[in-house]
Amino acid sequence: MSYLPHTDSDRKRMLEAIGVDSIDRLLEVVPEESRYPSLDLPPALSEMEVVRFLRGLAEENADLDHHPCFLGAGAYRHFIPAVVDHVLRRGEFYTAYTPYQPEASQGTLTAIYEYQSMICDLTGMDVTNASLYDGASAVAEAALMAARITRREELVVARNVHPAYRQVLSTYTQGLGLPIREVGYDHQGRMDLASVRESLSSDSACLIVQHPNFFGCLEDLSAASELAHRVGALLVACVDPIALGLFRPPGEEGADLVVGEAQALGNPLSFGGPYLGFLACGQEYMRQLPGRLVGMTTDTQGRRGFVLTLQTREQHIRREKATSNICSNEALVALAATVYLAAMGKQGLRQVAELCFHKAHYAARQIEGLPGFSLPFGEFFKEFVVKTPLSPREVNGKLWERGIVGGYDLGRDYPELADGLLFCVTEMNPKEEIDALVRALEEVR
Amino acid sequence: MDEPLLFELSSPGRTGFSLPACDVPKTPLPEGRVRDDLSLPEVSERDLIKHFTRLSQLNFSVDTGFYPLGSCTMKYNPKVNEEMARLPGFAHIHPYQDEGLVQGALRLMYELQEYLAEIAGLPAVSLQPAAGAHGELTGMLMVRAYHQNRHDRERRVVLVPDSAHGTNPATAAMCGYRVMTIPSDGRGNIDADILRDRADESVAALMLTNPNTLGLFEERILEVAEIIHGLGALIYCDGANMNALLGIAKPGELGMDILHYNLHKTFATPHGGGGPGAGATAVREDLAPFLPLPLVARRETSEGTRYYLDYDRPLSIGKVGSFYGNFGVMVKAYAYIRSLGGDGLREVSEDAVLNANYLLSGLKGYYYLPYDRPCLHECVFSGRWQKEIGVRTLDIAKRLIDFGFHPPTIYFPLIVEEALMIEPTETESLETLEGFLAAMKEIAREAREEPDTLRSAPHKMPLSRLDEVTAARRPNLRWKGGFDKGGSFLLKFS
Repeated sequence: MSYLPHTDSDRKRMLEAIGVDSIDRLLEVVPEESRYPSLDLPPALSEMEVVRFLRGLAEENADLDHHPCFLGAGAYRHFIPAVVDHVLRRGEFYTAYTPYQPEASQGTLTAIYEYQSMICDLTGMDVTNASLYDGASAVAEAALMAARITRREELVVARNVHPAYRQVLSTYTQGLGLPIREVGYDHQGRMDLASVRESLSSDSACLIVQHPNFFGCLEDLSAASELAHRVGALLVACVDPIALGLFRPPGEEGADLVVGEAQALGNPLSFGGPYLGFLACGQEYMRQLPGRLVGMTTDTQGRRGFVLTLQTREQHIRREKATSNICSNEALVALAATVYLAAMGKQGLRQVAELCFHKAHYAARQIEGLPGFSLPFGEFFKEFVVKTPLSPREVNGKLWERGIVGGYDLGRDYPELADGLLFCVTEMNPKEEIDALVRALEEVR
Repeated sequence: MDEPLLFELSSPGRTGFSLPACDVPKTPLPEGRVRDDLSLPEVSERDLIKHFTRLSQLNFSVDTGFYPLGSCTMKYNPKVNEEMARLPGFAHIHPYQDEGLVQGALRLMYELQEYLAEIAGLPAVSLQPAAGAHGELTGMLMVRAYHQNRHDRERRVVLVPDSAHGTNPATAAMCGYRVMTIPSDGRGNIDADILRDRADESVAALMLTNPNTLGLFEERILEVAEIIHGLGALIYCDGANMNALLGIAKPGELGMDILHYNLHKTFATPHGGGGPGAGATAVREDLAPFLPLPLVARRETSEGTRYYLDYDRPLSIGKVGSFYGNFGVMVKAYAYIRSLGGDGLREVSEDAVLNANYLLSGLKGYYYLPYDRPCLHECVFSGRWQKEIGVRTLDIAKRLIDFGFHPPTIYFPLIVEEALMIEPTETESLETLEGFLAAMKEIAREAREEPDTLRSAPHKMPLSRLDEVTAARRPNLRWKGGFDKGGSFLLKFS
């Protein structure tokens, strides 16, 4: 299957028009010894064969439609209303490019404007860009942005920020040589405010905090912002947009830059991507934002329309002086988030968040009641840490024997939590699944 | 455009969702943490679908028409690939599931790494970068790690031709490098003589696009590679234009050390209105240790072949994304490569080159052609003749919309005055190309005989030209209800 429309007679006609006798003649500029190399690839398949083969590969994976799942750790299973994929499947959306020609792209531009507006509402901020790659790159871009704004270099980050986000932060900043200081967490699983105070100084560009943090615990953003602002640093808050259906927006608690992963808004797990990073800020920092922005304007007849705007921040205009190198973003994933938020609306998002909260707390109480298991940390949203009597690896293995996908093994990133499992419970887990998990844990002990 | 915004369709108490009742005992919500207000819109499912369907109809897209946007490779996106990415075994798996439970996904990634390595002629590949520019960042951080590992720390300069994509210098700057621009020569190549003259041992890398943004193959590429390698520096190849080279040439055999692909261009995955893309990055053997964490690897065990995520790579630059990259996009690219095979991919590039040269020869004489030689997958004209009679390239682009075509990329590359960068791709038929040529010729006539028709275009769209100056001067970047400029439009729809 090749998707090529030309017949041999078409090609002949075209070559005649061009004035050459074969396509090879157009390629003579390629050094002869390198021209037409052999390509050792599997032979072409028909559509039927491709489907059969890929279905086979897909079926080798344990998909979570068929297994209760309690894994989160930055990638979340939430309900996706049918309307979301229905809209995404419209070719007019998914086969369009970046809306550089506004008269021919009002659909995408309007949807991004709606997306920006809703992310601003959720976070309590003034301005949001049109998307970044994922939560990790959003944290990294926010840190670079904070360094530009404050003209300082040092980045202070809480150790209970997602480990992968901290790793990406360190990758992104290695070329510029920005030093990173990590601060620990307290016995409640929250950032240790005393260490935060000690670590922040007049060299600090920002303090990066996750809320709820990687352990699922609720942080005190107001205290964090006060400590950051005292030394002239910015507070970067990394948040879960589902939690914002319930909890006070970080904008109200003094956050300067709000970032996060918005996969949970209408997007499948898809083995870790494509996901959706967002970055919101106050009006005063708008011109330091990386990535695209859509703004409202009017046409020559005064009718409302939307355009890409403030492009002088971007690489195609400013080149090495741009606020970031980002070009392609995650527009279609942002569209999914837009449709999701519109479908859930004010009441629905709150209900999703409350369901997560109640179910996670129910699960936590049940597990805490089991001999040998304990909950070391404090207030949480939809994820919580459980200390287990057997190694987390063994526990997960035994859960899988019962068809249950267990939690995240915290020993991977926190040696001191080698007996810790991070469980996630959402509206997707009915009570029977939670009860089955609790029974299974009781048996594995 | 008479479609109201979601916020204008909203009515208090209206809903478009249904969720199950809470089936567990409730827990008191934490005090002082709960928000008072959430101002998301409230719309019914029926209104929501009408809204987004109508919005979609305001877009140009590949599915609805010719989209010859240069450098973007807006080829047809096969529908079977969309279906494959949505299979539950791909769409509904968690990135932290035990490796034993995701062997099919890991195998797909492993094989895609291998295919992309073969096509590039570069043996090691990371699939983690989420887009082309992300691949550039990955590649340039590897350049840095490579030199550091050799204790070669004084290299502070990255060379970029003046025809380069803006992402190249922006990436180099993000990696802490100083950018030095190298001009192009009279035939549209990077000027190898100037390069030889200016480049010295402070250079870490040259970032080169080949074929370049003029759609021209770099005629002195082997010489350029010799100069750069002679200085101990590396060549980063921006693979945005790989649609020209599949089975035609392997960048690794032309001296390129690092190359990113845009799976969303070359391998037919859709652009999604600006993303998600995928920027798989390939490198030569001795750079492989620096690739991001993790790579997908394979080992033979007593139970057969096992695929796993290899984190044991101490020289790696580290992670560049939250998980393993845009897996959903990888599935589509994988399906595409398996559908075409090696011969099919070569035909893709051949027809892409044929189509671009057909447009090139058809428009010669109507528009100024700054570099008159056969192109590869795209051709770049200039609106200079039209500008002399008071019509700008922007006007030509807007007028094309009236003819039902998406405009080419305009005003890029920067080295061509009033540039029109046209990339037809291989999936467009002769009839489509002829329709486009006819429209471009008609527009050239209009420019001479009725220039106002162009200056006021487009005429057939729901909106006329938009005021971008005011948009930037008085930014309105979010809906703020009834009290801002946006709110005044409420009246129109009530």
